[in-house]
Amino acid sequence: MKHLLSTRDLDRETAVSILDIAEDMARTADREVRKLPTLRGRTVVNLFFEDSTRTRLSFESAAKRLSADVITFSAKGSSVSKGESLKDTAQTLQAMGADAIVVRHHGSGAAHLLAHSGWIEAHVLNAGDGTHEHPTQALLDAFTIRQRCYGADSRGRDLSGMRVVIVGDILHSRVARSNVWLLTTLGAEVHLVAPRTLLPSGVETWPVRVHEHLESALALDVDAVMMLRIQQERMHDAFFPSAREYAREWGLTAERFAALGPDTMVMHPGPMNRGLEISSAAADSARSTVLDQVTNGVFIRMAVLYLLVAGSPEASA
Amino acid sequence: MTGLLIRGASVLGQSRDDIRVRDGRIVATGSLVAELDERVIDAEGLVALPGFVDLHTHLREPGGEASETVLTGTRAAAAGGFTAVFAMANTSPVADTAGVVEQVQQLGEQHGYATVRPIGAVTAGLAGERLSEIGAMARSRAAVRVFSDDGHCVHDALLMRRALEYVATFDGVIAQHAQEPRLTAGAQMNEGALSGELGLAGWPAVAEEAIIARDVLLAQHTGARLHVCHVSTAGSVEVIRWAKARGIAVTAEVTPHHLLLTEELARGYDAHFKVNPPLRRDEDARALREALADGTIDIVATDHAPHPAEAKECTWAEAAFGMVGLESALPVLQSTMIETGMLGFADIARVLSSAPAAIGRLEGYAAPVQEGVPANLVLVDPSARRTWSTDDLRGRSANTPYRGIELAGAIVATVHAGVPTVLDGVVRPAEEVATAASAAREAARG
Repeated sequence: MKHLLSTRDLDRETAVSILDIAEDMARTADREVRKLPTLRGRTVVNLFFEDSTRTRLSFESAAKRLSADVITFSAKGSSVSKGESLKDTAQTLQAMGADAIVVRHHGSGAAHLLAHSGWIEAHVLNAGDGTHEHPTQALLDAFTIRQRCYGADSRGRDLSGMRVVIVGDILHSRVARSNVWLLTTLGAEVHLVAPRTLLPSGVETWPVRVHEHLESALALDVDAVMMLRIQQERMHDAFFPSAREYAREWGLTAERFAALGPDTMVMHPGPMNRGLEISSAAADSARSTVLDQVTNGVFIRMAVLYLLVAGSPEASA
Repeated sequence: MTGLLIRGASVLGQSRDDIRVRDGRIVATGSLVAELDERVIDAEGLVALPGFVDLHTHLREPGGEASETVLTGTRAAAAGGFTAVFAMANTSPVADTAGVVEQVQQLGEQHGYATVRPIGAVTAGLAGERLSEIGAMARSRAAVRVFSDDGHCVHDALLMRRALEYVATFDGVIAQHAQEPRLTAGAQMNEGALSGELGLAGWPAVAEEAIIARDVLLAQHTGARLHVCHVSTAGSVEVIRWAKARGIAVTAEVTPHHLLLTEELARGYDAHFKVNPPLRRDEDARALREALADGTIDIVATDHAPHPAEAKECTWAEAAFGMVGLESALPVLQSTMIETGMLGFADIARVLSSAPAAIGRLEGYAAPVQEGVPANLVLVDPSARRTWSTDDLRGRSANTPYRGIELAGAIVATVHAGVPTVLDGVVRPAEEVATAASAAREAARG
């Protein structure tokens, strides 16, 4: 694997192997010395055009545990054309000897552009591009679902037979897009719930079932409910009338949470808007995976960096 | 000055004739014997067409000289077989006063590659708030007849109504960039399944169609002339077809890129395919080709929109809209319309020359390639085939969407007002063209 740009390009076998490598990485976390020498002497650059402390820290932590040299570059706000600085910045980092570039950018397709423009040689890892994709988030979500269901027996398994409901602003969500492709590739049944204003055009061509009411989706025997963060400013563009109405119609309220099956996981990519898309009752319950997702994020990012930079197991064999 | 003898050209792809050019005019056609002081152009196997007229060109000067100038833009025009271009008003300063349009017109005259007809802004500063100095521009030396806020839609219905009525006073036409601004805020590409997948904000067809529908009704109500720029959707074609059936004075243009290219090209996030209006679905491109063939769409115009490399070498959302199109116009038309049997070369003479000239009230193009008319001519080699590259461009910018695509047909020679601007497929040097054009003007005065 040269780059990780989207989950749409991943086949089942590759996806399962990433999850399995992440299991290996998770095991090292229990050791006394948690650092692996795998990427010693390699340089991983975090190139963040968009603020995201959580994702940046997760990638930094993953690269450091693999003993890579880590450079973090926050290129936010520049007076020159931003496009120019993407090219120039990437080439500068290449000249400094970056082996992999982890890129977060507000523009959809930014990671694709870095990987295919011919500007640089480094491996490109998409850490979120505009409203397009966020592949490591989907991988860590899949990892979390698999681990909750199968525990120590996770290795080698996909998500066949699982039913996952994703709720909220699908239109603007890179997390939703990456999850739709990955979870269905892994055999899960994916349901989307959103007001029509927040569904992307062409969603009927996606491998999902779409519900316009949360109740009808939650009435199914659901393994995981994934609540997406809603941007408050969306209501100003008339996507929905008010925060209160959104919470009432599309939020995982305490009542809706109470009505869920006893084994249904509650997921959220964070940061949460408590009282808007998710109630504290749901967020703080034992069925919430929010903190597991954060922990697993590091393992998934270690696995992906390992695969990209150290070479796939097949290649080294 | 010496004359030209074009030998053995297939005139409009029909009769085989020689054409004699003297003092800026076609003075004879038929079977002719070369005279001593003539430059003879062997046109065996070539098609002679009237010089092309582009109703929609961005020359960028004044203000955007990093992308294009009147000189480089008209040089690209000559390379594409154009002898007249209508220069859009979105320069800096905006072409909303007599001073700016006269300057642009004068630069065109001075360089001599093509007749430059400035388009005046409809609203001051393209701001969509109040009318620009329409009368002053119409009465200026540039004698502006086409008015457009291209790049922006005249979205205020009252302002559009007044503009249609007011320019009618000067036999003018409003060329509308049909784009409902609220429906397209932040829009990046055609709205559909692909925009949903790529995570790029959609530009819905209805945003174009709703404005065209409103405008044809306003044109009917006012009895004024409306021209619709760069029609891009099948629905727009239906609205225009309906309006024409009702006898409304509407004309419409399509760009070469909307005839050939589709939204699928956005998949690689290569901003060279980012344009406004966006590339649409395959069924839209098909409907546009059919509408051009049946006359619902009157003309082809390039919307030649030069941008520097850095405006395209960036993420899609940050990139500028637009593509250059003067040099590739005929090759794209030959590939999409002629080789599919939908149009013949005589039709090309109409959609790329006489009809746009008529809409823009440009004289000298009504009767193509005949004795007595101004010598604006182009020779096309219909058998040429080439894989398009930036080497085929003659303007200042290289943002062509056709790189690596094989296109049919090539411009072998262009003659503007009797002056050869392209010979043997090579653009003549600027000094030679300017000198010859100046001499021709002197001769015409004397």
